[in-house]
Amino acid sequence: MKVQRLAEDNPAAVLTVVFILLFVATDIVNRAQGDGAFLTLKQISTTFLYAAVLGLMSAGQTLVMLTGGVDLSVATTATAGAFTVSRFGTHGSGTAIVLALAVGLAIGLVNGIGIGVFRVNALIMTLGISTITLGYLTVAAQKQFTALVPNFVVTLGSERFLTYIPYDLLVWAPVAAVIILGLRYAGLGRAIYAVGDNPVASRLGGIRVWQVLLVVYALCGALSAVAGILLVGFNNAADLGIGSPFLLPSVAAVVIGGTSIFGGLGGYAGTILGALILTVLDSLLTILNASQAVRQMIYGTIVLALAAIYARATAGAE
Amino acid sequence: MGAFALLFVLVLYWRTQTAARWGPFDVQSLAIDALPLCFAACGQAIVILSGGIDLSVGSMMSLVNVVSARALLHLSFRDALLVSLLIVAGAALVGAFTGLLIVVTRVADIIVTLAMLFVLGGAALAVLEVPGGGAPIRYQNLVTLDTLATKWAPSAIGVLLGAYVVLWVPVRRTRVGLSLYAIGSSRSAAYLAGVNVPRSRIVAYAYSGAFAALGGLALTAASGLGDPNSGTIYTLNSVAAVVLGGVSLLGGVGGLIGPIAAAFVLTLVKTLMILKGVDQNWAQVIQGALIVLVVMIGGLAVRQKGKGS
Repeated sequence: MKVQRLAEDNPAAVLTVVFILLFVATDIVNRAQGDGAFLTLKQISTTFLYAAVLGLMSAGQTLVMLTGGVDLSVATTATAGAFTVSRFGTHGSGTAIVLALAVGLAIGLVNGIGIGVFRVNALIMTLGISTITLGYLTVAAQKQFTALVPNFVVTLGSERFLTYIPYDLLVWAPVAAVIILGLRYAGLGRAIYAVGDNPVASRLGGIRVWQVLLVVYALCGALSAVAGILLVGFNNAADLGIGSPFLLPSVAAVVIGGTSIFGGLGGYAGTILGALILTVLDSLLTILNASQAVRQMIYGTIVLALAAIYARATAGAE
Repeated sequence: MGAFALLFVLVLYWRTQTAARWGPFDVQSLAIDALPLCFAACGQAIVILSGGIDLSVGSMMSLVNVVSARALLHLSFRDALLVSLLIVAGAALVGAFTGLLIVVTRVADIIVTLAMLFVLGGAALAVLEVPGGGAPIRYQNLVTLDTLATKWAPSAIGVLLGAYVVLWVPVRRTRVGLSLYAIGSSRSAAYLAGVNVPRSRIVAYAYSGAFAALGGLALTAASGLGDPNSGTIYTLNSVAAVVLGGVSLLGGVGGLIGPIAAAFVLTLVKTLMILKGVDQNWAQVIQGALIVLVVMIGGLAVRQKGKGS
């Protein structure tokens, strides 16, 4: 009983334990296969390097899900960002990055207008926008253009300084700090929780709900584009499928992190741990040499199991 | 019934656009193209009516597609039909299991079915990694070549009608069918009225599994091939067809005929664009834009109505 109370009061502590256990399990498996230790500073650093893309994509997803919505266009928006960077790479890294961010912001704004102003169901709107974006990118990719990922972006997405610190942490850490603090202290942050908890009461309380939704989806688009920039830096080339493996994980990280899909409950700290857990899980499955099929099934099962445990815990707390 | 009006207008336009004389052959190819989406839309419609959403439809279709392409290849026509029945029943059980998971774990529908999308997609890859397999010729003809009575009535339409009449018509007005609508419009009111809410939710997902299986079998028959990615596009398109077909995403309102008409509309839009020589990817863009626009206008209409009252 005492353990359960402790777990309900400190979900972040439980997630940290899960993360560490998973890391140790991966270490044991890796040793058993004769490939040496996994629990090294180097591997921890690699985990953070890999997790940054997912962490940023699920940052936007966290904001959206706190308002009670969902954004299924994050993956294609990241792909769009990645494409923009490599398409305009020849114009210098600054221009390329600004353009990529603008593309992400624009896609997010369209989502926000549909959902906030026209009150379209978030699922339909973002899936539709995702289809449109991917279709357009496919057409654009067929045209001839010089693709070049600027060195600056490659460094940002794949290299480390002081041996162990990935450069992408320089992007992820400030974003994380702003989101965590902003959700707690800023007016917009409180409004996001309020809208997710009860949109009607928020409107009667003087919050312009449509403005909050517009800003949240626009931010989500921009954050996805940031993830796309890091991703193209990591892969050193953009292709049409670059973002799609992150769609389910972006939702899963948020759910694992304890944010309610119905909105109004949760935060970004949990999501960060969720992203780290999923990244280690991915390494574990790679070490186990799991086929794509097995990987996909295990992934789905684990997401489901963790979500179920959360649903139980929150139901018990009420 | 906006979807019907749209279908009528599109067909009239279509008639003026074909190079050769527009005839039974065009009707038949449209019916074949539309059949898998029609089935997917039926399953999705029943789940959405009951207040849920099923994102695993696409993977279920892929899974049934590869399983049937492997199982039916060397069977006689009769055995193939029997095995198909078994597959549909099995898929209904898997659907019921999804529903059971939702009821037992109390996790939101969208998360559970999103996880199932991955589990079933993985299973499809495990069954058949690269496209292959097949089905008996007579089995394929059932959907592709045969016609009923006149050559204007392709058998694909017959298959669709048959499934609708056997699976849905007898159930719709019964306790089970009505309880699906009841839990969709208000779960607590339904509960207070004595409806077994968990059981009805499970029934809805079982229906979705069965219809998705029919869609997967239609894919096998139409293409004569199993492909672990064949169903991917049907998750979004089934939701789109349901919304275009006048079913409320909030649940409780609508039927299956609207989504079926909308499935034909979506398929015809694609056909028309290919006919016009539009790049297939542009066709995807336009189709997506069409869906978003229709839903936006729908949202605006609801808003105006809300202001009036």
